[in-house]
Amino acid sequence: MFKILKYSFFDLVRSRWTYIYCAFYFLFTLSLLWLSNDLSKVTISLMNVILVLVPLIATMFGIMYYYNSREFTELLLAQPIKRTSIFIGQYFGVALSLSGSLLVGVGVPFLLYGIFGSGQIWNFLTLLMVGVFLSFIFSAIAFFIALKNENRIKGFGLGILVWLFLAVIYDGIFLLLLAVFSDYPIEGFAMGASMFNPIDLSRILILLKLDISALMGYTGAVFQKFLGTSMGMVASITILFAWVALPVWRIKRVALRKDF
Amino acid sequence: MITIQNLHKAFGKNEVLKGIDLNFDKPGITAVLGPNGSGKTTLIKCVLGMVIPNKGCICMEGENIAGKWAYREHLSYLPQIARFPENLTGRELLSMVKDMRNGKASDQGLIKIFDLEPHLDKRLGNLSGGTRQKINLILTFMYDNPVIILDEPTAGLDPVALIHLKDLIEQEKQRGKTILITTHIMSFVEQIADEIVFLLEGKIHFKGSLRALKERFNEVSVEKAIANMMLQQNGKAFAVKDMEPSSAPATEFLESEN
Repeated sequence: MFKILKYSFFDLVRSRWTYIYCAFYFLFTLSLLWLSNDLSKVTISLMNVILVLVPLIATMFGIMYYYNSREFTELLLAQPIKRTSIFIGQYFGVALSLSGSLLVGVGVPFLLYGIFGSGQIWNFLTLLMVGVFLSFIFSAIAFFIALKNENRIKGFGLGILVWLFLAVIYDGIFLLLLAVFSDYPIEGFAMGASMFNPIDLSRILILLKLDISALMGYTGAVFQKFLGTSMGMVASITILFAWVALPVWRIKRVALRKDF
Repeated sequence: MITIQNLHKAFGKNEVLKGIDLNFDKPGITAVLGPNGSGKTTLIKCVLGMVIPNKGCICMEGENIAGKWAYREHLSYLPQIARFPENLTGRELLSMVKDMRNGKASDQGLIKIFDLEPHLDKRLGNLSGGTRQKINLILTFMYDNPVIILDEPTAGLDPVALIHLKDLIEQEKQRGKTILITTHIMSFVEQIADEIVFLLEGKIHFKGSLRALKERFNEVSVEKAIANMMLQQNGKAFAVKDMEPSSAPATEFLESEN
């Protein structure tokens, strides 16, 4: 598996898309830091971009990589290599190179700024951690979709749909429910519902870290009460791990049954 | 070597293999023939574990291959269409495959035979079909494996390369290997094959030596015997053509043969 990972990773590191992706984060973070001196505002702006862009790019990139490397995959399938290690290796190659772009693109400007000297280091690390988690989660979903669909158009369409649902539509439904049932004690439900969406969960994690949960009213206080504790932190990270593990497990299953 | 029992495979509603029983135990060259879509490639991909059969089993050296992968270490496979990662160069591809497999690779001699040295540093996407097929052949023949499976090995090769290919196959046969070939070029079959397996609509229609095939159809060449077999099996079309001989060139062809 590590050999496949190595080849996929170096293949992607040589790709210009990886550089464009990295350069975008680099320039964006740099300009945010240049425009504002308030690190927590910069973190929030970055968060808003990362929470939308990372899932989108990871989904598209994962699907594109799978379809583009079909030849490579076919070649590998005839070699004495375990089937699952081919796909899991490729998946980790994609996820790692995406995470790498993010870490370098966002991390280097912060390092230049001198993040270690400020008190914002933990917020910044939470942001990076969430970004890496989202890269892994959405490229796994992307690989699963691509494996399931031979038809590229269908694969890309489904990928966009999943992203749209989790990044936009889910929140819409969520807010609508909160507004309609605002007279009822639905904090528990709100809490549960946000656990089922990795993007929402990531957002809440960062907002709580930034200590601005007061802005979210009573619901925010409930979140703070649960997620603010170390127990809550462990629980939400466990859920993020589960979000990675579930599609990876599905990838393995599909890979074992698929015909090439 | 390889035993195939009651192999069934359907892609959706399309039944490609309908109960194949085959046994390759002796060293030698077996040609798997059949019209387009008769299931040749599917059969081969089942042996390689790339296509997972619905029913039946395939054993290699007495061990069921379902879900296994290590057995491919002893198998050389030439895929039908040479599709490679386009951004790699030939040299990178060769070193990559060597990195993935364990055995000792001897590719230098093969590179010389096919005169590939000048093309090895070009991107695979920019190479011609024939050159890619040569690289494909090198990847297949560079390991000393007891079983060699070639899916349309002649595709895109020039006459010189074709002669080299025949020599290579002959050499491997002399070294006591089991070789499986699918092809549509009957003269090629006639020159190299010991045994013939004829697939038709997912079933084995004929299995035997070249001579048995010719005798059975009372023909002097394999090409005609195979054409005859295909036409005979194609019952309906044949009957229609029989009634209207004037409008059926295939029947005329047959008549002129008889």
